[in-house]
Amino acid sequence: MSKQEQHWEKTRGLLFITLAIWFVFSIGIFLFGAEMQESSIRPFGYPLTYWFTCQGSLAIFVILIFWFAGRQEKIDDEFGFTEREGDQ
Amino acid sequence: MIKGKFIDNLPKIYGIYTGGFLVFIILMSIAEQAGMSKELIGIFFVSFTVLIYALIGWLSRTLQSDAYYVAGRQVPTVFNGMATAADWMSGASFVAMAGGIYFKGYGYMALLVGWTGGYVLVAALLAPYLRKFGCYTVPDFIGTRYGGNLARFCAVLVLTLASFTYVTAQINATGRIASVALDIPFNIAVYVGLASILMCSMLGGMRAVTWTQVAQYIVLIIAYLLPVFWISSNIGAGFFPHFMLADEVARIAELEGQFGFVKNSAADMATVPKGLAQITKAHSDVNATPWAFISLAICMMAGTASLPHVMMRYFTTPSVRTARRSVGWSLFFIFLLYSSAPMLATLSKISLMDPNLATGIIGKSIAEVQALDWYQNWNQAKLMFVSDFNGNGTLELNEFFMKGDAVVLATPEIAGLPYVISGLVAAGGMAAAMSTADGLVLAISNALSHDIYYKIINPKAETAKRLIVARILLVLIGFAGATIAALEINDILGSVIWAFDFAMSGLFFPLVLGVWWKRANAAGAVAGMLLGLGSGTAYLVWVKWYAGAGFLGITTNTFGLVGATVSLVAMIVVSLITEAPDSATQKMVDDVRVPSGKTILGKQ
Repeated sequence: MSKQEQHWEKTRGLLFITLAIWFVFSIGIFLFGAEMQESSIRPFGYPLTYWFTCQGSLAIFVILIFWFAGRQEKIDDEFGFTEREGDQ
Repeated sequence: MIKGKFIDNLPKIYGIYTGGFLVFIILMSIAEQAGMSKELIGIFFVSFTVLIYALIGWLSRTLQSDAYYVAGRQVPTVFNGMATAADWMSGASFVAMAGGIYFKGYGYMALLVGWTGGYVLVAALLAPYLRKFGCYTVPDFIGTRYGGNLARFCAVLVLTLASFTYVTAQINATGRIASVALDIPFNIAVYVGLASILMCSMLGGMRAVTWTQVAQYIVLIIAYLLPVFWISSNIGAGFFPHFMLADEVARIAELEGQFGFVKNSAADMATVPKGLAQITKAHSDVNATPWAFISLAICMMAGTASLPHVMMRYFTTPSVRTARRSVGWSLFFIFLLYSSAPMLATLSKISLMDPNLATGIIGKSIAEVQALDWYQNWNQAKLMFVSDFNGNGTLELNEFFMKGDAVVLATPEIAGLPYVISGLVAAGGMAAAMSTADGLVLAISNALSHDIYYKIINPKAETAKRLIVARILLVLIGFAGATIAALEINDILGSVIWAFDFAMSGLFFPLVLGVWWKRANAAGAVAGMLLGLGSGTAYLVWVKWYAGAGFLGITTNTFGLVGATVSLVAMIVVSLITEAPDSATQKMVDDVRVPSGKTILGKQ
C-alpha cells in the first residue's frame, strides 16, 4: 500500500470515529428524549434532555471539532503531508 | 499607533473597535439619564453601527480578483471563525430563535442541535478538502471535480435557489428592524436595509464582507449576552445564567401547572392580531416525538454542510489546517449565542409569569397591564396584545399574546432594563441580519459572475471586466431580494428552514461524494443535483399547496430528506451505469485528500 493510501485509510478511520460521536449526540440520544428527561442525572440541576438541547450536545460538538482537527493534523504529520510555507 | 501590515494588527484593531463600542454604549446610557428620547437612542445605535460597517466596507475596496472572491486567502483562524459566526447567525437566529424556544419548547430545540451539529459535518467531510481545491465558489468545485459546464450550471442553480430563499428573509429582517428603530414605513426601510448591505459588500467583495462580519459579530454578541446576564442578576437568578437557571426552569413548570394551558375559543382568537400567540406548550417538557425532533435536526445539519455562503468562508483561510481549525472556532462563537437563547427564553418567561417578581403580569388586573409603558409601545408595534376573554378583570396566561420576535426585542424593557439596552439589541439584530444577507448576496453574485459569466460565457474576460460584472450582479440580486422581501410572503423563519432543505436536496451528496467517492462522475452528479432538487421541491409543493398527506411524517420543514435520499440514489445509480471518471480526475481527487502540495486550481 502506498503512503498516500495508508494516509487515506487513517483519515477515513478518524472520520468514522468522529461521525459516530456526532451521531450519538445529534441523533442517538434524542431517540430516548422522554426517558432521559425523567433521569435522575441532572447537570446543573436541569432536566437531562433539556440540558442536552440547550448546552450539552452543542458544547460536545465544539470540543469534537477541535479534537478531530488535532488528530487529523497528527495523521498528516505522520505521513509528511503537512503543508509547508509556499505550498499555496 | 498601528504599524505594519493590517493582518498582523487585527487583534489590536478589533480590540480598539470593541473598546470604542463599549464607550459608545456608556455614552448613550449617560445621554439617556440626561433625558435623551427613546427614538433618538434607537436611531443613534442603528445608524452609528451601520456607518462603521460602511466605513470598513469602503476601506476594504479592491480591484483584485483574489481579494474580491476569497479575501486574498489570508484571514486568520480565529477571525474567520468570528466572521463565519456572523455570516451564519441570521436575523432569524438573533431575533426569532429565543421566541421559537419560548413558544414551542423542545420541538424547536431540534434547530439548535441541527444548526450546531452540522459543523461537525463541515469540518470532517468538506471544508478542508474544498480549501485544498483552491476554488473561488462552491460551483467552482463541482464544475472542476466533475468536469463540464452542465454540472457547474446545476450547482449554480441549486445555490441560487437556496440562497435566494434565505436572503429575502434577511433583507426582510433588516427592513423590519430599521423600520422600528428609525421609525420609517417598512416598504422604505427595506431599501434602507438593502443600501446598508450593499455598502458593505460592493466595493470590496469577500474582503470587505469578512472585515465587516467580524465587526458585526462583536456588536451582535455583546447585544445578545449583555441583557441575558443583566436580567439574570437583576431578578436574583444568578450571575452566570447558563449554569444557574435550573430553579427558574422548575419554577416555570410549577407555574404552568398552576395556571394551566387554557385553549381559547375560535371566536376569541379571531380578535387577536395575526402572528401573535399565547403560550401553549410546557417550557421544558419533551413535547415532540423522537422522529419529529431527529428528522428536523438531520435536515438542518445536512443543510448546514451544503449552504454555499458558509462553505465559501473556509476558502479564505491561509491553509487547509487553518480551515479545519477555523470550523471549530466558528462553532465556538456560534455556541456563545445559541447556548444563551434558551436562557433568554427562560428569563423572559419567568419575568412575565412569576407573580413574585415585580415584572410579572399574569394575575395582575388587565387595566394595570394595559397602562404599562412597555405594553403600550409593543402593542402599538403589533407585537403584543391582551384581552379579557373570561371577563374576570385579571390577566390569565391564555389572555396574553406576543409575537416570537418580541422575546428578544422586548424582554429588556419588560425586565426593567434601561432603554439603552433595547437600542443595543436593535443594533445587534441589524448586525446579524446584515452580515448574513451580505454573505448570501455575495455567494449568489460570485457564482453567477465567476461560474456563469467567466467560466461558461466569456472565459477570456479580463479581471477588471469580471469584477464590474460581479458588482452589477450584486446590486441586481440585492434589489430583487428587497423587492420580494417588501411583499412579505413568508415569515422570517419559514423561509430560512426551506433554504436548508433546498441546499440539502441538491448539493449535499454531490459535494460529499465528490471528495469521498472517486467513482462519482459528472452524469451522476448532474442526476443527483437535478433529481434531488426536483423531488424535494415537488414534495414541498405537493404538501404545502395541494394539501398532500405526505409520508413518513416528513413535513414542509423536512422535505430535504426526500430530496437528499433521491439525490443519493440517483447519483450512485447513474454514476455506476456510466463510465468511470478518467485518470486525471481520479488523480485530482487523490491530490485533494492530501493537505500538502499546490492547490488544484492554483492561482486563478
